[in-house]
Amino acid sequence: MKFLVCISNVPDTTTKITFTPDNKEFNKAGVQFVINPWDEYALTRAIELKEAQGAGTVTVLNVGEADTEPNIRKALAIGADDAIRINAHPKDAFFVAKQIASVAKEGGYDVILMGKESIDYNGFQVHGMVGELLSIPTVAPAMKLDMSGNTATLEREIEGGKEIVEVNTPFVASCQQPMCEPRIPNMRGIMTARTKPLKVVEPTTDAPRTEVETFALPPAKQGVKLIPAENAGELIKLLRNEAKVI
Amino acid sequence: MSVLVVVECDGGEVKKSSLEVASYGSQVAQMLGTTATAVAVGEATEANLAKLGEQGITKVLYDSEPRLKEFVNGAYTKLIATAAQKEDSKLIVLANSNIGAAVGSRLSIRLEASLATNVVALPQTEGGSFVVKRGVFSGKAFADVMLEGDRKIIAVKKNSIEALHEEGKTAQVESFSAQLTDADFADAPKEVVMQDQAGGVLLPEADLVVSGGRGMKGPENWNLIEDLAKALGAATACSKPVSDVDWRPHHEHVGQTGITVSPNLYIACGISGAIQHLAGVNSSKVIVVINKDPEAPFFKAADYGIVGDVFDVLPKLTQAVKELN
Repeated sequence: MKFLVCISNVPDTTTKITFTPDNKEFNKAGVQFVINPWDEYALTRAIELKEAQGAGTVTVLNVGEADTEPNIRKALAIGADDAIRINAHPKDAFFVAKQIASVAKEGGYDVILMGKESIDYNGFQVHGMVGELLSIPTVAPAMKLDMSGNTATLEREIEGGKEIVEVNTPFVASCQQPMCEPRIPNMRGIMTARTKPLKVVEPTTDAPRTEVETFALPPAKQGVKLIPAENAGELIKLLRNEAKVI
Repeated sequence: MSVLVVVECDGGEVKKSSLEVASYGSQVAQMLGTTATAVAVGEATEANLAKLGEQGITKVLYDSEPRLKEFVNGAYTKLIATAAQKEDSKLIVLANSNIGAAVGSRLSIRLEASLATNVVALPQTEGGSFVVKRGVFSGKAFADVMLEGDRKIIAVKKNSIEALHEEGKTAQVESFSAQLTDADFADAPKEVVMQDQAGGVLLPEADLVVSGGRGMKGPENWNLIEDLAKALGAATACSKPVSDVDWRPHHEHVGQTGITVSPNLYIACGISGAIQHLAGVNSSKVIVVINKDPEAPFFKAADYGIVGDVFDVLPKLTQAVKELN
């Protein structure tokens, strides 16, 4: 079975977010970039399923410029077989979805996995767009994925519960916890990753449909009002009479 | 042309987040000099749909096909696309929920529309452009995003828009059929398993949230969190370390890699306030932090704080709420 796992290159979760002085771009200076944490579930689960089947391939796909290659190599070290980098800045969700759909069409993948969303732009859009572009089902967000032959059984999270969904390949799923325990690379993986194929492909000519004009940080808090612990009940009165939230 | 609003219903009631979406849609319709039509999904009653007039909706389209009571991606997408074509809608507004995001992303391709999710404010429409503010970097920042093209789809984040309540106004409920066939229900779920709510409140829809961290010392102490939540009518939540060690289910995990919440009140008990956790809660209107460590970083992001032992403070708070009620 052929798995395609789409990964984003995002600032580490501990990053303090700042922007360039004109507020037009994210300030990358000194920022550590990682594989999007949601995508790690997709990657590890694809590798686990391939291992269980005893055959098949896991291809990693990233839409990004050359500076994303260290994280693509990391995905190869974790256990993917080969990688494709679409040589372009990921302009918006639509642009990225078109790139993924184009690779997927050509490669004839059975299962296309990605994280629920990227932790930088938080679109939660690409999976649905790819499914629609390829006219195949999308299950999002998926908490569990098992395969039996060409049929997948997934648990999809809904507000207040879950759905059990069955789909046949090909399909798209966006992944989140507790799907699996994301793997980290071991020394052997790091050594073999160096020689695994990483193909660089030029993007399609599709134009993005959205554009960021400016970024802004949330307004700072006014400062905390402390209530002595022995007077804790006072807090409830303040929440009712001053903050008016209860 | 009208603005099309997708309202999610559950057990006959319109979800609170959808009342906000309806209010958003009718206000944009007014800005654009048109009216707002709703299309209902889920289990609805005609009486409750008519009440969407209070949120400024003029007309509600309702397909009574019984299989639409549960979410089916294919069927919902076709239903909304059909409604959009019938109404010649250039703008579709939905909730930034698991349903809204799943359907919105497919619709954007089918209708060749631009899409913005996680939207937190009404659009700016000066000079013919269409710019919306949306949350990015998992709650750590906002972006003003321009939507290109003739057709647009917006998914509105919960609790970022005040729902309108124009008493006594009613919407006209119109039956409508999207001519759905069995093929549209091919991706219907085999089974739906709801969590045992036990009278509790759903976290994604909650106005009030009581959340616990490692400072609670173990799952056996969660009754303190639950007692306060119950007294307030709040949902319960937790930090990542707590769900990682299975003290609480992962769907309660609030933070950058869990869910992002924006309630009116977030009470954090024994949570130090790692940057990833703050990202998931910092759009809450009021934040209360209870922690015995006065240096806990969470106090910097809080509106009210108590430096003290959660095991001592929480019962006092629960008692005070009971006395107030």
